[in-house]
Amino acid sequence: MRTLKLDLPLNPSIIQSLDIGDKLLLSGVLYTARDKAHQRLLQLIAAGERLPFDLSSSTLFYCGPSPVPPNKICGAIGPTTSSRMDPFTPTLLEHGLRVMIGKGDRSEEVQKAIRQHNAIYLVAVGGVSALLARCVTSFELSAWEELGPEAIYKMQVHDFPCYVGYV
Amino acid sequence: MRKRRIIPVSLLSEKLMQAVGKIYCQPDTEVIRLIEETASSESNPLARDMLQSIVDNTRYAVEDGTPCCQDTGSVVMFIELGEDISFDQGNVTELICATLEEAWERYYLRRSNVEEPLISRRVLQNRVVPIIHWKLVPGDRVEVIIGLKGGGAENMSVQKMMAATATVDEVKEYIVEEVVKTGGRPCPPVIVGVGIGGNFEESALLAKRALFDPLGRRHPDKDYATLENDILTLINTRGRGVMGMGEGPTALAVHIRTKSCHIASLPLAINLDCHAHRHTRFVL
Repeated sequence: MRTLKLDLPLNPSIIQSLDIGDKLLLSGVLYTARDKAHQRLLQLIAAGERLPFDLSSSTLFYCGPSPVPPNKICGAIGPTTSSRMDPFTPTLLEHGLRVMIGKGDRSEEVQKAIRQHNAIYLVAVGGVSALLARCVTSFELSAWEELGPEAIYKMQVHDFPCYVGYV
Repeated sequence: MRKRRIIPVSLLSEKLMQAVGKIYCQPDTEVIRLIEETASSESNPLARDMLQSIVDNTRYAVEDGTPCCQDTGSVVMFIELGEDISFDQGNVTELICATLEEAWERYYLRRSNVEEPLISRRVLQNRVVPIIHWKLVPGDRVEVIIGLKGGGAENMSVQKMMAATATVDEVKEYIVEEVVKTGGRPCPPVIVGVGIGGNFEESALLAKRALFDPLGRRHPDKDYATLENDILTLINTRGRGVMGMGEGPTALAVHIRTKSCHIASLPLAINLDCHAHRHTRFVL
């Protein structure tokens, strides 16, 4: 198993050089987005409106964090089941998304779209939220506060561990 | 008239708060011990690395007071109520809800429920809605089992009315296939709860209750105990491993619970829990 320390966003040549099962320690910015946020992103795309962040330079993390306690940077952080995002993912890939982090398998259609767009799907271990929270250096709300844990949060991470699922 | 034992509801509230305060960051210690043991003998570096992160996470969660999983779950409770007790105040369910709400605020747990399931799906704020299964039993004690159940593993649940003439091998094969096809979605290594018998809803309750049995306990009937063992072996032979990445254990235990059923039926239910297996038991 190779372990590589990489900065986000990942550039296309780095994505191409990675193998399934490689361990990555990522540093940079992640945006959380899960079910509801995906629905809204697709509605904005369909309406031709501007998204809350630039898809092509962003890394999406399928995560609904727990609340931030006082005097802490963030709450518990971890991946949710990625297959629930499968219906929305090909459209996001067509609009520039390249890096996704979640857990579990993706549909055949998503796997094909990942290869077609030179994108990458990374698996984070689920249920290790305190370990992942220790990698977060800043955390803020980015959009749609009313969605609670399903809002989009922007977080800066350092050496965030995950593994190459599909490339 | 039988003598009744009076239990103060404040005691229930206090014990419940302690229970949540323990399990939101500390999963079942037997699960973690087994994962640690498995990690030390695992030859595949990827599986070993992921298993070790689960072990490390538990230590960090307790040290930092951070939930061990961001999905702090739905609250599931099995309460056995002795026939010879009374609480000193009424409205016990409401008291349980209020205590859980206090725990959610105190420990900064995630609002993981919606107000209603289909139309708006607005996140439910300021209230925790537990799923409570009450059972009246002889005696003057109250036993409470509480679990925090994540959505990812719960979504993998299955209920199937099998043919009444289905063979043991057919049932075994069905269970193994259902668990194997969940891949990495329920956060394996998982605990597998199986309910066989009862009826439609009873089979699901048996499966859920079986999840919260002590890890690796055997069914009292040796044939079912053998079945538990066979299913576990097959899942780990064919399964997709830790987090579905192809290596290491897929399941840590299979617990079957059984009950008499109709001559026309063979109800079967499967309920999984992730490795962040958060549950505890207390007695009043």
